[in-house]
Amino acid sequence: MKKITARPYSLRDIPFHYCPGCMHGIAHRLVAEVIDELGIHGRTIGISSVGCSVFAKHYFNVDMIQAAHGRAPSIATGVKRVLPDRVLFTYQGDGDLAAIGIGDFIHTAYRGEKITTIFINNTVYGMTGGQMAPTTLIGQVTKTTPFGRSVEINGNPIRVCELIASVEGVAYVERVSLHNPKEIIKAKKAIRKAFEMQLNGIGFSLVEALSACPTNLGLSPLEAVKWMEEKMIPFYPLGVYKSPAGGGLSA
Amino acid sequence: MHEEIYIAGLGGQGALSMGQLLALAATSENKEVSYVPFYGPEKRGGFANCGVIISDHPISSPIISEPSVLVVMNNLSLKNYEDSVILGGIIIVNSSMVNLGVKRSDVRVVSIQASEEAEHLGDVRVANSVILGALIELTEVVSVSAVEKSLEEVLPKRNLNMIPINFKALERGAELASNYKKAWSNLS
Amino acid sequence: MKGNDAIGEGAILAGCRHFFGYPITPQSEVTHYLAKRLPEVGGLFMQAESELASINLVFGAACAGARVMTASSGPGISLMQEGLSFLAGSELPCVLVNIMRGGPGLGNIGPSQADYFQATKGGGHGDYHTIVLAPNSVQEILDMMKKAFDMSDMYRMPVMVMADGIMGQMMEPVVINEEKSVEIPPRPWATIGRDYHENRNEINSLFVVLEEMEEVNLRLLHKYEEIHAKETLCEEYMLDDAEVALVAFGTVSRICRAVVDKAREQGIRAGLIRPITLWPFPHDVISRIAKSAQCFLAVEMNMGQMFEDVEIGAKGRAPVYHYGRLGGMVPLAKDILEELKKVSKRRGTGR
Ligand SMILES: Cc1ncc(C[n+]2csc(CCOP(=O)(O)OP(=O)(O)O)c2C)c(N)n1
Ligand code: SF4
Ligand SMILES: [Mg+2]
Repeated sequence: MKKITARPYSLRDIPFHYCPGCMHGIAHRLVAEVIDELGIHGRTIGISSVGCSVFAKHYFNVDMIQAAHGRAPSIATGVKRVLPDRVLFTYQGDGDLAAIGIGDFIHTAYRGEKITTIFINNTVYGMTGGQMAPTTLIGQVTKTTPFGRSVEINGNPIRVCELIASVEGVAYVERVSLHNPKEIIKAKKAIRKAFEMQLNGIGFSLVEALSACPTNLGLSPLEAVKWMEEKMIPFYPLGVYKSPAGGGLSA
Repeated sequence: MHEEIYIAGLGGQGALSMGQLLALAATSENKEVSYVPFYGPEKRGGFANCGVIISDHPISSPIISEPSVLVVMNNLSLKNYEDSVILGGIIIVNSSMVNLGVKRSDVRVVSIQASEEAEHLGDVRVANSVILGALIELTEVVSVSAVEKSLEEVLPKRNLNMIPINFKALERGAELASNYKKAWSNLS
Repeated sequence: MKGNDAIGEGAILAGCRHFFGYPITPQSEVTHYLAKRLPEVGGLFMQAESELASINLVFGAACAGARVMTASSGPGISLMQEGLSFLAGSELPCVLVNIMRGGPGLGNIGPSQADYFQATKGGGHGDYHTIVLAPNSVQEILDMMKKAFDMSDMYRMPVMVMADGIMGQMMEPVVINEEKSVEIPPRPWATIGRDYHENRNEINSLFVVLEEMEEVNLRLLHKYEEIHAKETLCEEYMLDDAEVALVAFGTVSRICRAVVDKAREQGIRAGLIRPITLWPFPHDVISRIAKSAQCFLAVEMNMGQMFEDVEIGAKGRAPVYHYGRLGGMVPLAKDILEELKKVSKRRGTGR
């Protein structure tokens, strides 16, 4: 039998621990493929955050660092400032990036650090058992919003791409989704562009990947995909939110 | 030689710079020196004191609780610290700023109208140099030339033209102090 | 040279080229000094948006193999505690400076020693220690920075240099011993990219398998025991025939040394124990002196924190008393002397 989906070299040969229908695994794979294709495997350092993807540090076949909850951008900055010729990426969930770590995130973006952030928005805290995240939709039921998220009590969901698209120092911002093959192909392109922005020294780059956490949504993987199409994507429109004039990509 | 000098005033009066200059001069003469400032959170107008110890022996505590010389630049400082001075110590009062009298009779008091003296010399800003001149004359903790050299080091370039008048102020302070010294030696 | 400047210059002499920090009085001058000095020697000074970020920038630079430091005071050091625990757990070297101020809360900018517990008994979560050094002169600050970096490299753990606001502001003459080049030990564990070392490196403090975590804890424990045995530092003054042993660190130890001299002039046999490492604490020295001295008097600018370590060392063999000034106040020599006279006549433990 012909092997059509070889494991990228930048992923280690270890089975993922993620739940069925979880999209963290897809995102890992895309990032690893891009690292392989860009030939930057030997000088890439990844920072895994605190959330279900805490084991990213284990899965990627590059040097990895485990950050405290929310601090990955600062740690990536620390490495990059010592080793400016290395390629740095952070891999963060919505709780990590948009709640506890939003300060580190915003300041890193404003400083225009030449790092790439892969942001997995699954609208919940997956790891701790499905509590509300800053990205939880209005009306969405979670463990800590049992009657649905309300604006009065919890405020509005944070749209991260829109939030930083206007920031100087930010080179590239795109929101993608991992819910079907077509979007996954786009997502990979976006991740590649984000890394290229860093390699070309243009500035901070962010790819927000919409994902599902079927386990905490209480849905089957297929139902979760439908939920994303009907509820999530209308609130979090896909597309490029910022890219440098002229593309910013030298050949 | 071992002098514990406490200079007390308000922020902006120059107590800290005076102490630093003294410390620097003593350092240049390879003496044992410590300088510790104390000040409130306000940059101007709050209390601003410093303690300078100059000695021939290693200094154990840099914190002065019983100064041998006290310089006071406002009324409150005199009230607060007068009692702490050692028996037979010296209190230098900047009487341009202080109108209270020294109550103690077991210390030597030197009263200098520093602002007026400075104005006389042509610039009120050298008032502290008058005080410093007096202090050096009375204690001989450092040589005048060491202070002069240190002054040249610390004064910002744009104020270099202030050096001659500062030297004159030091001299004037010494002159005023020597009058006190003579009077004291006549007493004993 | 000023104490705060000595911290900066000492770090540069030690080969430190990266500083990340956030302003807070009375530490700000360290940042002012290094902001100017580091670029002159090809280093990087970067102001962070908070102490939370500072300590994690330090974490990152340490992962990249740099000699790196930060400095702060009370509230800022509190914010760094999570990061400190992660640094300890990930076994990363770095140096922190705490110029202590009055507290709790916002407190004031007066000199204080109130962060002793926080520094020596953990501070952050989990089972770990930080080496804590307490200099008492500007020269010692200058020399100790190098020692701090060397120890943190040798044991791969954070080292804290702790001083009060007086130490930071104090000016004393110093002798600068400029070494030609500083040897920074190799860092085979650093995450600098796979092209640059043999194996794949992972810097991590997460161990979900309980047995694995216990193994890590045990390794840390052995390291801490080794440090206790080898690195404990303490200065002893006039202790041979001392009836009352003062125990003090930092600025207060300088005052106490003068008190010992005064007391001796008055015929009171006093001595001084000055812990230079607060962790590891010289419990053994206290135990030894407990056999000959009648009592201990711990003098601190806090409610009695090091006092507890003195009690551990004394093992009940000799009573331990405490004299403290609080809130940013400094104990005066004459008051300490009074207290010393009092306790030399008292019996039984107490404050
Ligand atoms: C300081 C701190 N607070 C809380 C936690 C507990 N915690 C672990 S993961 C997590 C939420 C992660 O959610 P997210 O970033 O969305 O990642 P996901 O699991 O959804 O991928 C929380 C709150 C922690 N580890 N550290
Ligand atoms: S809990 Fe959710 S986010 Fe976590 S692994 Fe399972 S599906 Fe993925
Ligand atoms: Mg999440």
